[in-house]
Amino acid sequence: MAFSRPKLATGVRLHRDKVRDQDVLLFPEGALVLNETALEVLGLVDGERTLDDIATVLSERYEGADVKDDVSELLDGIGERGLVVEADG
Amino acid sequence: MAEWPAGAPHPLLLIAELTYRCPLHCPYCSNPTDIGAAKYSNELPAEDWKRVFRESADLGVLQLALTGGEPMARKEIVDLTQTATDAGLYSTLVTSALPFPKRRVEALHAAGLDHVQISFQHSDPTLADEIGGTIAFDRKVKAAALARELDFPLTVNCVLHRRNIDAVDSIIDMAVELGARRLELANTQYHGWATVNRDALMPTRAQLEAGEEAVKAARERLGASLEILWVLPDYYEELPKPCMGGWAQDAVLVQPNGDVLPCQAAASIPGIAIDNVRDKSLREIWLESDMFNAFRGTEWMQEPCRSCPLGRQHEDHGGCRCQALALTGDAAATDPVCQFSPHHDTIVAARREADEPEPAEPAPFVYRDLIPS
Repeated sequence: MAFSRPKLATGVRLHRDKVRDQDVLLFPEGALVLNETALEVLGLVDGERTLDDIATVLSERYEGADVKDDVSELLDGIGERGLVVEADG
Repeated sequence: MAEWPAGAPHPLLLIAELTYRCPLHCPYCSNPTDIGAAKYSNELPAEDWKRVFRESADLGVLQLALTGGEPMARKEIVDLTQTATDAGLYSTLVTSALPFPKRRVEALHAAGLDHVQISFQHSDPTLADEIGGTIAFDRKVKAAALARELDFPLTVNCVLHRRNIDAVDSIIDMAVELGARRLELANTQYHGWATVNRDALMPTRAQLEAGEEAVKAARERLGASLEILWVLPDYYEELPKPCMGGWAQDAVLVQPNGDVLPCQAAASIPGIAIDNVRDKSLREIWLESDMFNAFRGTEWMQEPCRSCPLGRQHEDHGGCRCQALALTGDAAATDPVCQFSPHHDTIVAARREADEPEPAEPAPFVYRDLIPS
C-alpha cells in the first residue's frame, strides 16, 4: 500500500546522534539508523505534504529525476514497522 | 573532553532506577531482593540525576528508561523528564500507573516525555491484583486511557509465568482494547525476586508452546497495529542470550542511591567494587570502573566459551554473568543455559520439575517488599 499523506507515528522522531555522527529515527525502545536518502525523505514527512509533494521537492533537488516510486517504497518499508502512518487515515 | 578510547563501546540505554519504593509487590520483580537495605533509602538527589542524564547523552545514550520501583513516586519526576528532553534523550516512563494523576501526567507530556509503558499483571482483574499483591487493575485501565487521551504511544507490559501465561490471548485482546501500540510479553527471567519464586513462576513447556502459538496467530491477525514482543525464557533455550546486549556494551543502569551497574543483578556478584555517580562522572565509571570492565569483551572467558564450537563469543557474550553466578557459583563461568556448559543439567532439572504435575497446593509467592534486611 502506498501512503497518500504520510506522517511519523506518535512517539516517533528524528534525532541527530552527535556522538556517533549519524541521524536516527527514535521510537519506543528503539532506534533506526538513517542513510542520507531516508533522512531526506523523512525530513519532508510532516503530515501536511502528500507523497506527490515529497516526490516533487526531491525531484527538483535532483534535476528532475523520477523518485516517486523510490520514496513510496522507502516509506512503505518504514510503515511496515508502524513508524510512519497515514495522516488522513 | 578527552578523546574516546579506540574500540570502546558507546552506551545506547540508560536505565534510571529512580527509587525502589513501589505500590506493587510483584513476586518476579527484577529489583534486588535487598531493596529494603539502608543503602537504597539514601536516594540520589534530583540535581545528581539531571547531571547523570546530561552525561549519559554525551556518552551516546539515546534511550532513557525512567523506572524503579515506581518512578512516579519521585516528586521531581516532571523536572527530571524536562532535563532528559533538553539533553535529547528519548524518554520512557516505566510505571505501575499507581499513582497516575491527570495533572502530573499532563505536565510530563508538556515536559516532553516520549513514551509510557504500563505494567499489567493479568487480564483478569482479580488475578492481576493477586499477582501484584495490591488493588491496582482498575486504576491501570484508567491510566492507560489517560495516556492515550494525551496521545502518548502506549506500551503494555505483562511479565508471564505459570499463573498467567494461559491467558495470553485475553492479554492481547486487553492490550488492543487499551489502545496500546506495543505489547511486551516478557517471560520471567530468573533474577532478583524471580529467583526466590522460581518454582512458583516457571511455566511448563506445554504452556510456553501454547503461548507462543497464540502470539503467532495474533501477530498475523493484527499486523502493524500492535507490535507484540515475545521474550522467551532462556531456561527453555539451548543457547544463551546476549544479556543486556553484552556486558557493558549497550546499557548502563543507575540504582536509586547512585550506584552504577551494567545490569539489574550485577551487584550480586561479589568482590567487584561498585562506583557511584556521587563520586565520579558516568563517563569515568563507564570506561574505567572495575565493574564495567570485569566482563567486557571476551578476554575473561573460560572454557567452553573461550573455544566456543559455534564461535558465538561476540554474539551471546557468554550469556548472563549473574545467572552463571547464581547457578554455578562462578560469575565467569559459561551461562548454564548453554548446551555446552558443564552445568547445563541444572537448567534441564528445573525444566523437568516445572513439567511435573501441579501439586494440590501451588507454591506460594514470596512478595516483593521493602523489608529492611
